[in-house]
Amino acid sequence: MNIASFAPLAVVLPILGAALTFLLIRHSRAQRAVSISLLSLTLALECLLLASAWNSGAAAVTIGGWLPPFGIVMVVDQFSSPMLVVSSAVSLAVLVYATGQGMADGDEDAPVSIFHPTYLILVAGVSNAFLSGDLFNLYVGFEILLTASYVLMTLGGTGPRIRAGVTYVVVSVVSSVLFLIAIAMVYGATGTVNMADLAIKLGELDQGTKTLLHVMLLVAFGIKAAVFPLSFWLPDSYPTAPAPVTAVFAGLLTKVGVYAMVRTETLLFPGDTLNTPLMVVALLTMVVGILGALAQSDIKRLLSFTLVSHIGYMVFGLAMSSVAGLAAAVFYVAHHITIQTSLFLVTGLIERRGGSSSVDRLGGLAKLSPMLALLFFIPGMNLAGIPPFSGFLGKVGLMQAGIELGTPLAYALVTGGVVTSLLTLLAIARVWNRAFWRRPTDAEHPDPVLLATPAARVSGPGAKVNNTVTLLPRTMVGPTAGLVVLGVALTVFAGPLFGLSDRAARDMLDRAPYIQAVLGDGTAVPGTTAMGGGR
Amino acid sequence: MSVNLTLLIVMGALYACGIYLILERSLTRVLLGLMLLANATNLLILATGGYAGLAPLFSKDTPAQDYNDPLPQALILTSIVISFAVTAFMLGIIYRTWLLARQDEIQDDVEDRRVAETPSFDAEDDAEVPVETSEFPLTMVGSDGRDVSDRGAPGADADQEAGRSVATVVAGGREMPAEHAAAEEMPGSLNIDPSPEGGGK
Repeated sequence: MNIASFAPLAVVLPILGAALTFLLIRHSRAQRAVSISLLSLTLALECLLLASAWNSGAAAVTIGGWLPPFGIVMVVDQFSSPMLVVSSAVSLAVLVYATGQGMADGDEDAPVSIFHPTYLILVAGVSNAFLSGDLFNLYVGFEILLTASYVLMTLGGTGPRIRAGVTYVVVSVVSSVLFLIAIAMVYGATGTVNMADLAIKLGELDQGTKTLLHVMLLVAFGIKAAVFPLSFWLPDSYPTAPAPVTAVFAGLLTKVGVYAMVRTETLLFPGDTLNTPLMVVALLTMVVGILGALAQSDIKRLLSFTLVSHIGYMVFGLAMSSVAGLAAAVFYVAHHITIQTSLFLVTGLIERRGGSSSVDRLGGLAKLSPMLALLFFIPGMNLAGIPPFSGFLGKVGLMQAGIELGTPLAYALVTGGVVTSLLTLLAIARVWNRAFWRRPTDAEHPDPVLLATPAARVSGPGAKVNNTVTLLPRTMVGPTAGLVVLGVALTVFAGPLFGLSDRAARDMLDRAPYIQAVLGDGTAVPGTTAMGGGR
Repeated sequence: MSVNLTLLIVMGALYACGIYLILERSLTRVLLGLMLLANATNLLILATGGYAGLAPLFSKDTPAQDYNDPLPQALILTSIVISFAVTAFMLGIIYRTWLLARQDEIQDDVEDRRVAETPSFDAEDDAEVPVETSEFPLTMVGSDGRDVSDRGAPGADADQEAGRSVATVVAGGREMPAEHAAAEEMPGSLNIDPSPEGGGK
């Protein structure tokens, strides 16, 4: 009995948790206990899956014993298992943060009781999308996580959230319809939706049909991943959601889109048909995203724009379709999930401590709360790619791969990547200078919370409020610090992780390990192109 | 694979109407458009199964090609359930929009508008360096021999004033100079929405 055969539990456990927490909807204490313990259990299971994939490579589980080309399969390989571990670790931290926020406010209903079941369903959807070895099951995974995200996005039903929710829901539904059309066409052309089977059968189609299917899938995933011309919805909708929700969306949802793009490019449509357009799109995503970030004064919006911009790096690594490029992209995805989520969590803390997330109103936070400053500074520098952090290592990997490729377009992307990195540093430094370093009185519209002296706060008119609301409760700072430490750990263990992502990239470009894990060892894999020899 | 032409034409019509409707600004029409798109896609999936055949209940005497392909119908069933959930949710959102804003239209993003209206002038970076008020005003002579003072000609100032009063922005029900639009963003002012979080105040 292989440990990989327990893979479906990564989806089943959170759904079970959702059902239980829904039953316990009147008992918030029990809800917290159930959701946190089940998510921890899922994380532990996924660590075992990662260990198994690390040692023995790809493995497939058939659901209900239906044999592969007909039944649903789940595949644990060296790409999906680290994604699972990172995503569950991040969602666990955000869950603790969110419940901590509710407890600190002394409000038993906050976050509202529907939060726990919805959140666990979101996690189940993400796990399902990562594990799926079947195109239609991937669609179902996407729909599970999207439907949960619609509810989380509009939590509380305030005006701005409903407004942002409308844009988000409509855009997501349109992208899902596109994905479904693509699936129908793929099924019409090949008669299968099993991804390993498709990898063989799509190769037999003529070029025109193949390109059409390829473009349709990429557009559908591109909307979800927020790649440049399709990214307009993201900075509009993410910042209005509650801080923990924005954090988990920023960390996970776009990365699921990137994951699906990687699978499409490597497994279903190998070769370099669309590499040039993808590279151009990657360059535009990086540059346009970061220029948008520079214009913002609200930290949440600024971070949403950097999120779009840094998706460009991953698409760049993917578009090179060399072992080095893909390995760097895999590492970058893991790095970015952790860092972006921790930055959004810190912004939630800033908003709590400073009363606002607009840099026009903040000031002097470094003196008021050195801990908060440290928690912002480390992931901020990590995002900007300052050595020795993992952001720097990921970017160096991408630059090396780009220079190895050596085409003029690759050089343009390397230049664009460096410029984007510097502009990210500029954006982060502006937040740092304004929110943390200057005196609170220097802010354009200083927030009264920041101007109050500690003594005045105890005896002043705000005393009553401040005695019941802890500004920086340990239950919120703890998980944030945990994520920042995880980000630093990615730097410390970058060597083994790069080794893993290198093997993952090799296996993905080879395709044989994945296909043989699903369809059996004897399966002949056509056109195993020996491309991207690299290192 | 053979395809039913009627199904294809109906599918095309549904797609055309659906796309037209989701481009509308009214939320109810957008919802109707999404429903049409979902149903058109269901027809497309149905079409991939080919002509109708026998129900896929196994019997030894029937050759394999006489059966209907059951998979597309299973896919359609899933997709119907999903679009049902999304439609119900959208109806909830539309009702909430109606309760909050008393209108059925997509609202503008206030923060986005504000950033767009912010002048490129940034007080911290490009503020004018104050003119030195010394007893001996710095007077330079240009190449044409005319006085080029850093205070500018008296007429130019007046022009600038006139230009300022022309460019106004209407925000929060009152008119204000465009330059001041960004600076007007004060807690409690009319042209911003209060943050949904309410911060720690």
